[in-house]
Amino acid sequence: MGVQPLAGAIGAPDRGPRLFRAGDRRSTVISTVSTVAFVGVLAAIFFLAPGSGVVRHDFFSGTHMWRAFIGNNREGLPGIGTAILLNIKMFLAAEVLILLLALVIALVRQSSGPVMFPLRVVGTIYVDLFRGVPLLLVVYMIGNGVPALNIHFLSTQLPPVYGTAALVLSYSAYDSEVYRAGLNSVHRSQTMAARSLGLSGWTSMRYVVLPQAVRNIVPPLLNDFISLQKDTALVGVIGAIEANQAATIYADNQFNYSSYVVAAILFLILTIPLARFTDHVIRRDRDRRLAGALV
Amino acid sequence: MSETRDVSTAAPPAIPAVRVEALHKSFGPNEVLRGIDLGVDSHEVVCLIGASGSGKSTLLRCIDLLEPIDSGRVVLWGNDVFSDPKLDQNLVRRQIGIVFQSFNLFPHMNVLANVTLAPMKALGAGRADAEDEARTLLGRFGLLEKERDYPDRLSGGQQQRVAIVRALAMRPRVMLLDEVTSALDPELVAEVLDVIRELAGSGMTMVIATHEMGFARDIANRVCFLEDGLIVEDAPPSELFRAPADERTQRFLRRIIDAGRL
Repeated sequence: MGVQPLAGAIGAPDRGPRLFRAGDRRSTVISTVSTVAFVGVLAAIFFLAPGSGVVRHDFFSGTHMWRAFIGNNREGLPGIGTAILLNIKMFLAAEVLILLLALVIALVRQSSGPVMFPLRVVGTIYVDLFRGVPLLLVVYMIGNGVPALNIHFLSTQLPPVYGTAALVLSYSAYDSEVYRAGLNSVHRSQTMAARSLGLSGWTSMRYVVLPQAVRNIVPPLLNDFISLQKDTALVGVIGAIEANQAATIYADNQFNYSSYVVAAILFLILTIPLARFTDHVIRRDRDRRLAGALV
Repeated sequence: MSETRDVSTAAPPAIPAVRVEALHKSFGPNEVLRGIDLGVDSHEVVCLIGASGSGKSTLLRCIDLLEPIDSGRVVLWGNDVFSDPKLDQNLVRRQIGIVFQSFNLFPHMNVLANVTLAPMKALGAGRADAEDEARTLLGRFGLLEKERDYPDRLSGGQQQRVAIVRALAMRPRVMLLDEVTSALDPELVAEVLDVIRELAGSGMTMVIATHEMGFARDIANRVCFLEDGLIVEDAPPSELFRAPADERTQRFLRRIIDAGRL
């Protein structure tokens, strides 16, 4: 036993949280019927509700949706289709910075030795602070406070920069805890084996512990990034013309909320692929563990 | 290299490779080692026997500087390794190979990467050199065709042999083996013991904690029986197994014989 890799385990039928699972024809029929019935009930509630007509006009007007999407320069209406690009930019920039900063905070907090004591205290305070304060308030305080400080270039940036900074501060505090959980998930015997070979503490961390830790935390990190994509909408409150802010401007000018639906759809288009990708990674990870456990 | 002191070149050959003096070690209120004295000469094979919890593993880890000690001395090739603050502990560990009961291979690296990591990152060897040497060692222990496999694809015996090769790749001057066959299925024990026999034959200095009494009798120059954190008896295997002097050793061996393990 144990000598032969179990080829069957690798190609074993997947029972994961998939949307569509291979089954026999009967279950396909049943799931089709129940889906149609379910959608039908929802549609009936929507179309038969007393205010259905108003809602359809105020929230789902095709004309308004199109106009909100492309915007109108002469009327001072920013297009949501363009504004969402700012969300994407802020998300991408914040994501890279969060991954780096959170790792640094986690390593500092995991460090040992009296020399690192002050840094450990700073790390703890940082995490307590930025995990405890609502992100919206951080956005307000950074976006309005830092310009007011009047420090040279620090105070002359545009709102998206302050907003991204706020996202980084808040999410790096959260994700440093994810990293820390990942580092703790690697058994102490791995460090001991690395040190016994004469590798230094840092080299052991870099080549032995960290790669295993990161593997374990890819799913929770991806999950946080789905959340981060949406939270870029909060940066609108300090005047960045991102999708949510563009939708608000349109709604306030045209007295029609279809712009919000446009923004919502665009956010869904961003987040759903990442959500599916996260599912995929979790499933692959579990299969890998199962295969490993069987050998 | 002139700044950092190299324990391998500092001592003339007459000095014992490993000398442990009055070693005490506690984990919290639990005193695991209660005054261990042990000397191991170069090319000598010393087996540590005794019940689980008698302190064998802790002793080996203290010798490899993996656990801080409470009091006493560990002297390697004439260097008192715990009391000398200038001594680079990493440098000491590079010259001691230790193999654990649970293998502790790096699961995210294939066999070749497991073996070459320390030579490359601790000794600064080039990749080509490190891989050449790793392949030589893997070939010597019948693992050459496994170099691209990940640890979870190997049997326990193969994993343990890779762990031994990984330690040997650092060209250690002494090998510490901590119950290396205890986690193996019975039919896989022999292949690992054969590897250790070959090492002993090549003149490797070894300290081996083991439950394999027959193996200890065959391979050891000396056998130490530990009980409650003390070395109760230290004698050549012919004496210790045939005519143990201490009453506690007699009791332990009687239990082993009754269990059919000797």
